[in-house]
Order: sequence, then structure tokens, then C-alpha cells
Amino acid sequence: MKNPSILKVGIARGGIEIKMFLRQRESVVFTLFFPVLLLFIFGSVFKNNIAPGVSFSQYFVAGMVASGLVNTGFQQLAIMIPIERDFGALKRLRGTPMSPISYFIGKSIVVTASMVFQVSILIVAGRLFFGLHLPTTADRWIRFGWLVILGSICSTVLGIAFSSIPKTGRGASAVVSPIVIVLQFLSGVFFVFSSLPSWMQQFAALFPLKWLTQGMRSVFLPNTFAMKEPAHSWEIPKIAIILGVWTVIGTLWATRSFKWSDK
Amino acid sequence: MQSSSELAIDVRGLRKSYTTKAGTKVAVDGIDLQIKAGEIFAILGPNGAGKTTTVEILEGYRNRDAGEVSVLGQDPGELGHDNREWRNRIGIVLQSTNDVADLTVYESVSHFAKYYATPKEPESVIESVGLTEKRDAKVLSLSGGQRRRLDVALGIIGTPDILFLDEPTTGFDPEARRVFWDLIRSLRASGTTIVLTTHYLDEAEALADRVAVITDGRIVEVATPQTLGGRHQALAVVSWVENGVPQRLESADPAAEVVKLSGRLGHVEELLVTRPSLEDIYLSMIGQL
Repeated sequence: MKNPSILKVGIARGGIEIKMFLRQRESVVFTLFFPVLLLFIFGSVFKNNIAPGVSFSQYFVAGMVASGLVNTGFQQLAIMIPIERDFGALKRLRGTPMSPISYFIGKSIVVTASMVFQVSILIVAGRLFFGLHLPTTADRWIRFGWLVILGSICSTVLGIAFSSIPKTGRGASAVVSPIVIVLQFLSGVFFVFSSLPSWMQQFAALFPLKWLTQGMRSVFLPNTFAMKEPAHSWEIPKIAIILGVWTVIGTLWATRSFKWSDK
Repeated sequence: MQSSSELAIDVRGLRKSYTTKAGTKVAVDGIDLQIKAGEIFAILGPNGAGKTTTVEILEGYRNRDAGEVSVLGQDPGELGHDNREWRNRIGIVLQSTNDVADLTVYESVSHFAKYYATPKEPESVIESVGLTEKRDAKVLSLSGGQRRRLDVALGIIGTPDILFLDEPTTGFDPEARRVFWDLIRSLRASGTTIVLTTHYLDEAEALADRVAVITDGRIVEVATPQTLGGRHQALAVVSWVENGVPQRLESADPAAEVVKLSGRLGHVEELLVTRPSLEDIYLSMIGQL
């Protein structure tokens, strides 16, 4: 008898991961609805336009879509995997014929599912309650598509790589969440990026979230807003290169550092 | 001596040490083990004796420093990337695993079945571990003993040739242990080789065909539970009460002593013939080292 294929087992893992995810109500609410909650708070507080024809909500949705990819990929995995390691789940899996590749396929499936859900609900809520303008041209939707794909792969591999850093499952959230929140502040999710001090802008530019956020602005904001960016341009090729480089770094890091048990 | 083809596990000169801040600790210091296909083999030893390290090397979880290891004809240290053929034939029940909490018993067993080339029928595995009534219960809601039986279900779902059990009945009540022992015996009856590490001497005595005692990373002795430490040759103790005074004597032939006593006293009060228990033998073995 032959072993079931790696892909088939990976898809089965994806199914069971989604099932387990949906049964943890708190994490469902936090991961999927928290960005919408933030949109309601920020959208209700900042009602003025940040540029002619650009409402704060419009700006904020672009940033939240980008950070949604970071939340569901990087943050979720970098917290969940150490917990699974603590519980012995990874060690048990390692003792079965399940290939590690199937495990990562399963993780990608659950991450993709929650990303799609989170981004959709954000866009729908923005459209219904805050007059969000959706892109009208095909090239913007295409750019949106590759930004989501590249951004989510980058976020996922970095999450898997970073999962080796928290020593315990209990401590994982305390290590990972502040990093994400600080990066969100520095990367122009909550504040208009060009209004940040330049040293902060330069620091944020080292990390992928800043570029992902900028890319999403190029999808959701009018081209006139590009002049307000520090480089007076959307810098699309640069965004692709930097996200690509981080994806490569994350992949190499993940394959070298992944730990199946804490010993 | 068994030929290697009849051995499920063959270990020679196994060594492993760990380097910590405090220095180098030798966990396994030259172990030889020959475990026959189809037997229940128990590994006994105090905490820190090297049991878990040894077993984890056999399971392919750890690398070794030296020695030869063959598990089902393959070296677990040289599995490489695609070890699925070998893993198909190995079942592992780890200590204290606490995952799959949000799934039901059936969901977790049927999911794990998908990993294997020749899985058993999930329903029948659930039945064999006595969890049929809990089939649709969340794993979170199971008692400690039920959860351990689920661990065994997940360990045997792939129809393994060798099953590793690490402290399987810790936290069980006496009745649950008996039920569990019956389950393990039925696995042996179906031809599974079982490697059991345990703290419980009665468990080893009830289940194991042979036991190995390990202390300080070395094997002190390998024998049947009945002959370990020369137990079968040890003098028996005959004790009784005569005129209200407890008496005892040690003898190589207790039956003859009992016949003599009976002839002398007629009715012998509180007559008892004992041999050293496995626990007595074990404690003296690990104590003298």
C-alpha cells in the first residue's frame, strides 16, 4: 500500500485546522472581527478628510487590509505554533507518516481562509458604513490580487519562522503581539504615514508591513495621493522586491529554525 | 541468541550525552537491547535513568552519539526526508499530550487515519479502546484515563508493527488500568510488538514478557519479570503465628517447611509464604548503584 499523497494529507490538515480554529470562539472573534471593530472606532472618531476626496476611513481600510494579512498570517502562526508545540501536538504529528510539508499546506489553508474572510468583511463593512470607494480599474484589482498573494505568503513564512522564538506557548502572545502593534503604528496603519517623523518612517521601511500598507494605498486611494508619499510615488516595483526579499528570508529562516518540540 | 531477522529492535552500544551549562551529562551510557517481534518489552528505571532518551532515539525523535540502532530493519537516525514508509509501521503514544482538544474523539481518530497507508477502521479502533460512548464528545471533556485511551487509539490507528507506550497509565484508577492492560494484551495477540516504559512494577509484571532495568544510562539486567534479579531463586519467607508470637523463616523449599509446620501444629495460624516482589527486587537493583 502506498502512503496517501502529501497534498491530500495537507488538504485534510487544512480542513481540520479550520474546524479547530472555528471552535475557538475567542480567537475567531478576535482574528476576524477585531479589524472591523477598529474601523468603526477610528472611522467614527476621525471624520475629516486627510486629503481632498480621501476620507480617513478610506485610508484606514487600506492599512487594515494590509495589517489583516499580517494578523492572520504572521501573528496567528507565531502564536499558535508555539502553543501547539507546548501541547505536544507537533511532536505527535512528527511521529506519524504525515509529511511536514502537509502540515505547512494545512497552515496555509487555514491562514488563507481567515485572510479572505477578514479582508472581505472589512471591505463590506467599509462599503456599507463608511462610504469606502472600491477600485474601479482592472489594473488596480490585479495589483490588489498580487499584493494579497505575495503579502500573505510573506506573512505566513515569517510567522512560521518566528514561531521558533517564543520559548513557551503561554509567552508567545506577549512576544508577538507588541511587535505587530508597534509595526502597525510605525507603518502608517493608524496614522497617515507621511505625518510620522522621518526616522520612524525609515525604521518602518525595514519591515514588510510598511510596504504592504503602501501597496494597499495604491489600490484604494486616488493617484493624486501618491504625491503625499515620502517618495512622491507608490514605488510599486520596490514594494514587490522588498516583499519578495522578505519572503525568501522568511522561507530560509523557517526551514532552518522550525522546532517540533521544545527540547 | 535471536537472529536479527526475528528482532523488531536491535540496539548495540547506544550512547547519548547532552551538553548543558552545568557541563556534559551522559544520558545513555552504552545500552544493548534486543527486542523480539511480537513481545511486550518493558523498560523500567528511575527518573533521569535514560529511559525516555533511549526510547526517543528508537522513535526517531533524537540523534545518538554512538552505537548501532535498527528498528524494523531501519536506522531511525538515518531516515532522511521521506520516512513515511517506516513511520507507517510505528505507533507512538507519548507522555502527556494535550492537543486535539477542540475535536471530537471520532474526528481526531478519523483524521489521523488519513495519514497512514493501511489505517484501521476508526469506529473499530474507538471501540477497541472503549470510547464508543464518547465517540462524539469533545476531547476536552474526556477524563484523564479516557484521554489516554484516545492517545492509544491515535497510536494504533495506522496498524503499527511496533507500538511505543510511554508511561501509559499514569493517573489511571485501578479499574481503568485493568481495562487498559487487556487492550495492550489484545494488541500483542494481534502480533504488535510493544515497548513500554513505566514506573509501575505491577504493570510491568502484569504485561511484560521481558523487562530491562536501566539506571544511570546503563542496563542492569534484562529478564522476565519472574526471574529478574534471581527472584525465582531467592529464598521464600514462611511466616506464621505460634502461641500468639509471630514467627518467620527463610527457605529454598517452603512447601516442605509448611508440611513440617502442619504436622507439628495441626492448624497453622496466619500462615503466609512470600517471595520477594518485583518491587523489592527492583528497588534493590537501583539502590545498589
